[in-house]
Amino acid sequence: MTTTAPTPAHVRLANEIAAQFRHRDPATAAEEIAAHIRAFWDPRMRARLIEDAEAGHPGVDPLIRAVAALLPPPPPPSPLPRN
Amino acid sequence: MSLIKEPDFGTPARPGEATVAVEIDGTEVLVPEGTSVMRAAAEAGIDIPKLCATDSLEPFGSCRLCLVDIDGRKGTPASCTTPVAPGMKVRTQTEKLAKLRRGVMELYISDHPLDCLTCPANGDCELQDMAGVVGLREVRYGFDGENHLTEPTDSSNPYFDFDASKCISCSRCVRACGEVQGTFALTIEGRGFASKVAAGAGGSFMESDCVSCGACVQACPTSTLQEKSVVELGMPTRSVITTCAYCGVGCSFKAELRGDEVVRMVPYKDGGANEGHSCVKGRFAFGYASHPDRKLKPMLRERITDPWREVEWEEAIGYTARRLLEIQAAHGTGAIGGITSSRCTNEEVYAVQKMVRAAFGNNNVDTCARVCHSPTGYGLKQTYGTSAGTQDFKSVDQADVILLIGANPTDAHPVFGSRMKRRLRAGARLIVADPRRIDLVRSPHVEAAHHLQLAPGTNVALVNALAHVVVTEGLVDREFVNDRCEDFETWERFIAQPQHSPEAVADITGVPAEELRAAARLYATAPNAAIYYGLGVTEHSQGSTMVMGMANLAMATGNIGRQGVGVNPLRGQNNVQGSCDMGSFPHELPGYRHVSDDAVRSVFETLWGRTILAEPGLRIPNMFDSALDGSFRALFVHGEDIAQSDPNTRHVTAALSSLDLLVVQDLFLNETSKFAHVFLPGTSFLEKDGTFTNAERRINRVRPVMAPRTGKHEWEIVCELAQAMGYPMKWDDAAQIMDEIALTTPTFAGVSFARLDRVGSVQWPCNDAAPEGTPIMHVDGFVRGKGRFVETVYVPTEERSTRRFPLILTTGRILSQYNVGAQTRRTGNVAWHPEDVLELHPHDAEVRGIRDGDTVVLASRVGETSLRARIDDRMPVGVVYTTFHHPATGANVVTTENSDWATNCPEYKVTAVQVTLKQPVPAAPGPVR
Repeated sequence: MTTTAPTPAHVRLANEIAAQFRHRDPATAAEEIAAHIRAFWDPRMRARLIEDAEAGHPGVDPLIRAVAALLPPPPPPSPLPRN
Repeated sequence: MSLIKEPDFGTPARPGEATVAVEIDGTEVLVPEGTSVMRAAAEAGIDIPKLCATDSLEPFGSCRLCLVDIDGRKGTPASCTTPVAPGMKVRTQTEKLAKLRRGVMELYISDHPLDCLTCPANGDCELQDMAGVVGLREVRYGFDGENHLTEPTDSSNPYFDFDASKCISCSRCVRACGEVQGTFALTIEGRGFASKVAAGAGGSFMESDCVSCGACVQACPTSTLQEKSVVELGMPTRSVITTCAYCGVGCSFKAELRGDEVVRMVPYKDGGANEGHSCVKGRFAFGYASHPDRKLKPMLRERITDPWREVEWEEAIGYTARRLLEIQAAHGTGAIGGITSSRCTNEEVYAVQKMVRAAFGNNNVDTCARVCHSPTGYGLKQTYGTSAGTQDFKSVDQADVILLIGANPTDAHPVFGSRMKRRLRAGARLIVADPRRIDLVRSPHVEAAHHLQLAPGTNVALVNALAHVVVTEGLVDREFVNDRCEDFETWERFIAQPQHSPEAVADITGVPAEELRAAARLYATAPNAAIYYGLGVTEHSQGSTMVMGMANLAMATGNIGRQGVGVNPLRGQNNVQGSCDMGSFPHELPGYRHVSDDAVRSVFETLWGRTILAEPGLRIPNMFDSALDGSFRALFVHGEDIAQSDPNTRHVTAALSSLDLLVVQDLFLNETSKFAHVFLPGTSFLEKDGTFTNAERRINRVRPVMAPRTGKHEWEIVCELAQAMGYPMKWDDAAQIMDEIALTTPTFAGVSFARLDRVGSVQWPCNDAAPEGTPIMHVDGFVRGKGRFVETVYVPTEERSTRRFPLILTTGRILSQYNVGAQTRRTGNVAWHPEDVLELHPHDAEVRGIRDGDTVVLASRVGETSLRARIDDRMPVGVVYTTFHHPATGANVVTTENSDWATNCPEYKVTAVQVTLKQPVPAAPGPVR
């Protein structure tokens, strides 16, 4: 008997977003989802999504794989905010 | 400041221009048509004696004290029930009138206790005042006749007594209960001398339908209905006008005090949101502020298993700052964050988000609106351009049709609920979309035209079907759409597709197609149709989609931009609107401006002297997930009990347990503080100095009635923490914080404490373009320019009932309790709701062998809890309901990780559950009430 790892929260959320845009043509949907993720997601979540999409995580929706390709890599960690 | 006594004009103002000229005691007065002689006189500075009249109630004409003499009229008509007429000449003081009035007063006093000196209302009694005004010197009838002096006192209500011996049967309480509150719990029973006030069917107030709003107490001209606190403490001597700290209605109150002790809270007639009305929470449930559970000293502990240790502020702040810096040094700038509170002032919220962005150096700031109205923010911004309700509360007075979706205002927003009921009694039609048969579906003198009793989780299918009818039956306001909107044609094609028809979605929603079509026609064809909604819209996996769906519907029918229409979120907590306005979301700076906007960031960077990240930070659920994966290590929680209020308690507590540092700032130790290392005591609303912004964008002053019992304002503590972390952050007072908000945030540019003190309140935007504020938004154009139609595809939630979990749980609130109950559980309000109960339909109960009052197990795939059952056919078959006010029940033990796709707002309203009998009620089961 095999067990599958639970879908990570960021993958699950991305897939749910994909479901909302699936009625659009795929290219437009991917662009709109990528814009949404850029606007609302913390970079570390975005980085994990890109990583999982590129690694072929089986839970990632095909539309989200296209989205991941449109997402910019996250910025480097910011320095400590000291004067 | 001395005690504030607002003038009482005797009868309500009538709308319209002042066009009727009358002469009263030789003085000419110009008043609107329909104004009573009594009010016209009062506006001319002439007080006519009165007892049964007060300007919050329609005239009644029973006390016969306000008689006047009018040229050309027979007899001596009552001035309260006599409207002015052009050229009318009135005399209010003649020998004949004086004699008549003295005679009336003699009769009243002959049946009234002569205990003025020991009466709680001594000095605040209209009967006493009127006896003086009419010059009463004797009572010719004596006091030995038949009387009511031995009538008993009803002390059943925790907050006020009803002393029937002092009642003068003026009916003000009865009329207030009906006209102002809309509950109709009181009546006058009997006739003539035997007539007396009765609650319900003649039992006690607590046994009646009384909701303890206080309107009757407010209206009573004697000490018949009297606050117990006045009986106990005596009459207050000074007033401070401030704002209620409960729901998003944001009622204005006079805090009435003796010294520093609050005697009572009296609703303020000039309050823009409430206009003199109140509910049981704001009016009476303020005792938590002085509850012995309050923590007034900071506390520390190294491990959450250690006992708390009281420390001085310096040590608490120094320790917290050191630990935050250590964690950042070890795990990165983004390893820490903060949560702001919708129970705190705008100024406190602004301070916390500034601390996170400038001192923490990241955007990991979120607010409890994440778990309630974040979809409102997203949906209305996408469609209209800003995150705010479109109307003021008064607007409902002009609505012809009210579409109420997923909201229960008589429980959750009771003062607005009363206002809505007034409008419905005046003839407006009501459509309710709710799985439960809420009170507004049918209550005294109110009946919904349509109750769309949809299945939980099918809101978007429902709103799409409503819009489908509008589009396919030719009900679109083409002129509005053409002039004011964009993307309509694409949306029109989408919504006209047959899968959105009422017939096609009937099996999904459970709403009969003809009923839905009739509701859609009613909404679309009304001269003014308004949408009001609550968390039954937002707390779904498609909460944001539903908000956009409602925005589409309002635009398609032209119901935006004037009185009586609009899309109106009923916000949960007192400052949800304000906390969102103040930049609490991780992707937005104050004023709903995205962190990626270079120009906006530069405004703050220049002022704050720190670089602000251009990328969004973590939302609350992301903080929990990141805590569990180890990338997020410290959290500052300001005035929230996330361990009780947030969904999937096991997940939340696991996340909190994994933090290296949890700082909680609150009034009381709570469920969250069980996992905290630092506890910083907070201030109650009676100690705060600042502003709250209510659901109609109204910015109201919160004025301190006493100094902070902790020794510091909360924003001061935040400043000291930021300073201890090396960031210079300082204001001299809360007014300076608002000045900084105004400086940086265009929609608040005209707001200052000085202006608020001058005008009372303003609704944002308040700036050079709208110096007096903006009661109605999008009048000439939308904030984003054109209103944008968005396609709203219905995507069913992944939460489905199964054989193992065949019922759907939906959660909500009840009138007497507030949020996690931290405040209301520490007041007399527990008399109404001492525990959370599970409501279920008789059928669902019977097949499980459950009787009313039995203890049941409520289980979902993530957890289970126990509570008592209440069997009620207002629930549909297959749906159960509970509240989350009591930690002992912990309703969120069973709610899941499902959330809104756009905002992560939890799906509190749909959880698949099973209910099983745990412990039968011992004997003689009675209803749980």
